[in-house]
Amino acid sequence: MSQMPEARRLPGSEWLKDHPRILEWIYLRSKAVLGRLYPWMRRLSPGWTERLFVRSEEWVKGYLFNCQMCGQCILHSTGMTCPMNCPKNLRNGPCGGVRADGHCEVIPEMPCVWVQAWERSSRMAHYGEEIRLIQPPVNRQLEHTSAWINMFEGIDARTPPGWVPVELEIETSGDP
Amino acid sequence: MSERPLRADSRLERVLRSGRFAVTAELNAPDSADPEDVYRNALVLAEVCDAINATDGSGANCHMSSMGCCALLTRAGYEPVLQVSCRDRNRIAIQGDLLGAAAMGVKNVLCLTGDDVTVGDQPEAKRVFDLDSIQLLRTARIMCEQGVFLSGRRLTTPPRFFLGAAANPFVPPLEYRHLRLAKKVAAGADFIQTQYCFDIRIFREYMRRVRDLGLHRQVYILVGVGPLRSEKAAEFMRTRVPGVWIPDEIVERLRKTPKKRKREEGIRICVEIIEQVREIEGVHGIHVMAYRQEETVAEIIHRAGLFPRQARPGWQRPRRRDTSSPQLGRVK
Repeated sequence: MSQMPEARRLPGSEWLKDHPRILEWIYLRSKAVLGRLYPWMRRLSPGWTERLFVRSEEWVKGYLFNCQMCGQCILHSTGMTCPMNCPKNLRNGPCGGVRADGHCEVIPEMPCVWVQAWERSSRMAHYGEEIRLIQPPVNRQLEHTSAWINMFEGIDARTPPGWVPVELEIETSGDP
Repeated sequence: MSERPLRADSRLERVLRSGRFAVTAELNAPDSADPEDVYRNALVLAEVCDAINATDGSGANCHMSSMGCCALLTRAGYEPVLQVSCRDRNRIAIQGDLLGAAAMGVKNVLCLTGDDVTVGDQPEAKRVFDLDSIQLLRTARIMCEQGVFLSGRRLTTPPRFFLGAAANPFVPPLEYRHLRLAKKVAAGADFIQTQYCFDIRIFREYMRRVRDLGLHRQVYILVGVGPLRSEKAAEFMRTRVPGVWIPDEIVERLRKTPKKRKREEGIRICVEIIEQVREIEGVHGIHVMAYRQEETVAEIIHRAGLFPRQARPGWQRPRRRDTSSPQLGRVK
């Protein structure tokens, strides 16, 4: 992590994140549309496609979620709240240092990412239960690459070779 | 929990397995290169608890490493709990350390996220957090059970660990904390040591949720307790130490106590809390954290009626000749 994520509250983004169902809907639509477009775009120009995706993600997700470009997005599994905004990069839930007012141990003016994530995921229609999944270690080589492309190529689903995932029974309605 | 084979055959594991109420205590790692300082601190704890936690840069302050303390403790036949935090080391260092610890005879490992560097005395340091505590727990479990590193490379001899994790039932999001515990259990935790418990109401509610998920049958829960020296110490802890929740009643109770009896009152509060948590279904032991007042630990455990512990039942002389063993006679 090169820089400390700041407690950013941009106009509109907080409102939208507090309505995770809208974001969930946008995610599902984007996934469907981009998933169809991507193979064609890649055929035309892989380099150009990569650049376009990376730029768009930096702009859009940067604005909405203060995206840190980890390249392996799990927003829909974490209540549409970016866990990489946690100064400790925790992807599996809050640390024990959360302040009594629900704010971050490290940045007192920032609400704890995970307090928001749990609360928001409870209001999601499709992916809310996925917050209970155990997320594998982050692949730091994917930093500053496109999470969408990594998803379409199946790169973000790769775990360290020795990693044994934990099977949890959760209900995800997934693609409607 | 009792059917499966012993994870690591540690003393702590055997005590918990046998259904006895376990006691662990925290060792304050010295700011010193002298092993005597470790042994001096350990000596007052060893006879009154089942395992000694060696902290890993607690509060992000630099002290002797948990690894160093554990090496000294195992040499002297004590039973340590190695604390591993994700703050200072990446996955390569951590996996290597786990092997080293196992080779030195460490059988209990506590997997922690770690306090952030900004709360310590060197806030300008780089934070690592390559893994999080659950990924660390899983990694340790994989090394033990699959006998491989995360890279998939095989270990000639896998380690055997009784794996622990931390839990803080007292800070937000309170209504989801039990789900975090569920994750830790799924990732491979055998025992849990909680943050300081000063609020029995919140803890009861937490344990109710834990029991609803049936987690108390899958993991041993040791409740964190400790004495408060005065209302000033309490105030310091709840404002400056991350994750410590002390209700106003307790601070008020200490404030009303005359100065001479404050220390005694702090111990009494601690003993009362132990008595109350013992009554809660699903609590398997306590973890005493007495920062810079180790001498009170024995008194607390004695007054809570948890003494005598069986004097080191698990201790066996190392089979192989250990040329590096310390001169125990010097420990006072």
